[in-house]
Amino acid sequence: MGSKAPLPAPGPEMVILEDLYKYFGKVKAVDGVSLRVKTGQVVVVVGPSGSGKSTVLRCINLLETPSAGNVWVDGMHVNAKTTDLNMVRKEVGMVFQSFNLFPHLTALKNVMLAQRLVRGRSKTEAKEIAFAQLMRVGIPEKADVYPRHLSGGQQQRVAIARSLAMNPRVMLFDEPTSALDPEVITEVLDVMLKLASEGMTMVVVTHEMGFARRAGNQLVMMDEGRIVEQGPPSELFDNAKEERTRAFFAKILSH
Amino acid sequence: MGTPMRSSLIDPAAIPPPDLGGKVRNWRDFPYWLLGMAAIFGWIGYLIYTQSRYERPYEVIREGLSTTIYATAYAFAFALILGLIAALGRISRNVVARNIATFYIEFIRGVPMLVLIFTIAYAVVPPAADLLGFDNSSVTFFWRAVIALALIYGAYLAEVFRAGIESVPRGQVEAGRSLGMSHFQTLTRITIPQAIRTVTPAVGNDLIAMLKDTSLISVLGVREMTRRGNSYAAQSFEYRPTYVVLTMFYLALTLALSLLLSWYRRRLGVESRG
Repeated sequence: MGSKAPLPAPGPEMVILEDLYKYFGKVKAVDGVSLRVKTGQVVVVVGPSGSGKSTVLRCINLLETPSAGNVWVDGMHVNAKTTDLNMVRKEVGMVFQSFNLFPHLTALKNVMLAQRLVRGRSKTEAKEIAFAQLMRVGIPEKADVYPRHLSGGQQQRVAIARSLAMNPRVMLFDEPTSALDPEVITEVLDVMLKLASEGMTMVVVTHEMGFARRAGNQLVMMDEGRIVEQGPPSELFDNAKEERTRAFFAKILSH
Repeated sequence: MGTPMRSSLIDPAAIPPPDLGGKVRNWRDFPYWLLGMAAIFGWIGYLIYTQSRYERPYEVIREGLSTTIYATAYAFAFALILGLIAALGRISRNVVARNIATFYIEFIRGVPMLVLIFTIAYAVVPPAADLLGFDNSSVTFFWRAVIALALIYGAYLAEVFRAGIESVPRGQVEAGRSLGMSHFQTLTRITIPQAIRTVTPAVGNDLIAMLKDTSLISVLGVREMTRRGNSYAAQSFEYRPTYVVLTMFYLALTLALSLLLSWYRRRLGVESRG
């Protein structure tokens, strides 16, 4: 599994996926995906459910171990046996569909915990940074509130702050708005748009085509574990080459 | 969750919040059963106060109260530690740890408690003491009994803890790991604190069950309440007063514990909601 994989020439890429395969038992979830994400770029991955887009995302920080292929993040060969996973993961932020805030900790403590344990920051420093990040996502007033008292949109923003507090070099978003009520989706998307405009490298799995159009540098269409087509969002929306891509957009953009 | 093989007389989860200090919203919510209990205590107390047939066994049994409480406290403290270790072994990916833990739990669950108490006191503790370089005759029967109860309840609690740890959603672990936290950090800072809340009612049940099961260690000659009651009854032939008083002692202890536990649980619940 990629033991003699040559390191790609150091370039402007933050994330490189090379011929990635992932099987769950006999089910082939990812079927030979190669993808390059340049530093500062926003790559949006779309496709029908079961197309393998979340699995690809989860292979980047090795929440799923690839069955074959290689993953590089900022020059680190992520799925090499000798790589310390925790070293990679602290550089890669991840935001989940179901937020996954720690319910036994307040918003502020959610954002502080990994800073202290993983980055080894002092309590005062972690607190300062946590507060600044909550400010950044627009809810400093909720610092001392437990997650169960927050709306979905607020919870997701705390989750984003929690990742940002680790100063990640790249952020992964796994359908960040799919579990949200329609009226709070924008508050999360606004935060993501702001991040994109600040130059954060992002890989986003989402169905929010408006976000893809406004913030995406690259749109990747996946189906049945493969990349069907990729290119700048406006190009793909307006004149996709593949019939599968056109059919997909026709369905989700029709209403 | 829990251990289906034992049933506790008093299930704290089944007890309504004891709103004794007024604020009863509805006559249906009033804890009439507590009045019944109070009536029993009043009646037996009256017998003890007025009749020496009841007063004498009361005084004899009271001598064993501290032994019962100490045996429960020590054994439960050790059982909590053992249970946590065995639960972590059970869910470990290490083949050796997992099999040792499973062996231990299945062994304990497969033998009646009364038999195990004899087996541990006579066949497990002495060779273990020899192995560790103690003089095995210096291990008193009180400590043998504590070790037996701890080993038995450690296995029961291990299954409770395992279920509690497994009840924490996978996404919680993934969130911790994706932030770069180690397996151990995720376990101690994210999984276990959440599991404690889930597990508290079942652990409380086991504490009450263990308190009652200390009566079994009377078979080893440990002079706790049951042992003292038995001896007194056998020598005085005052069977009825002895066992009425003995029952009252256990009921008072378990009732106090279960009220304490439901108070603690409500406090825990309030806290987690901020």
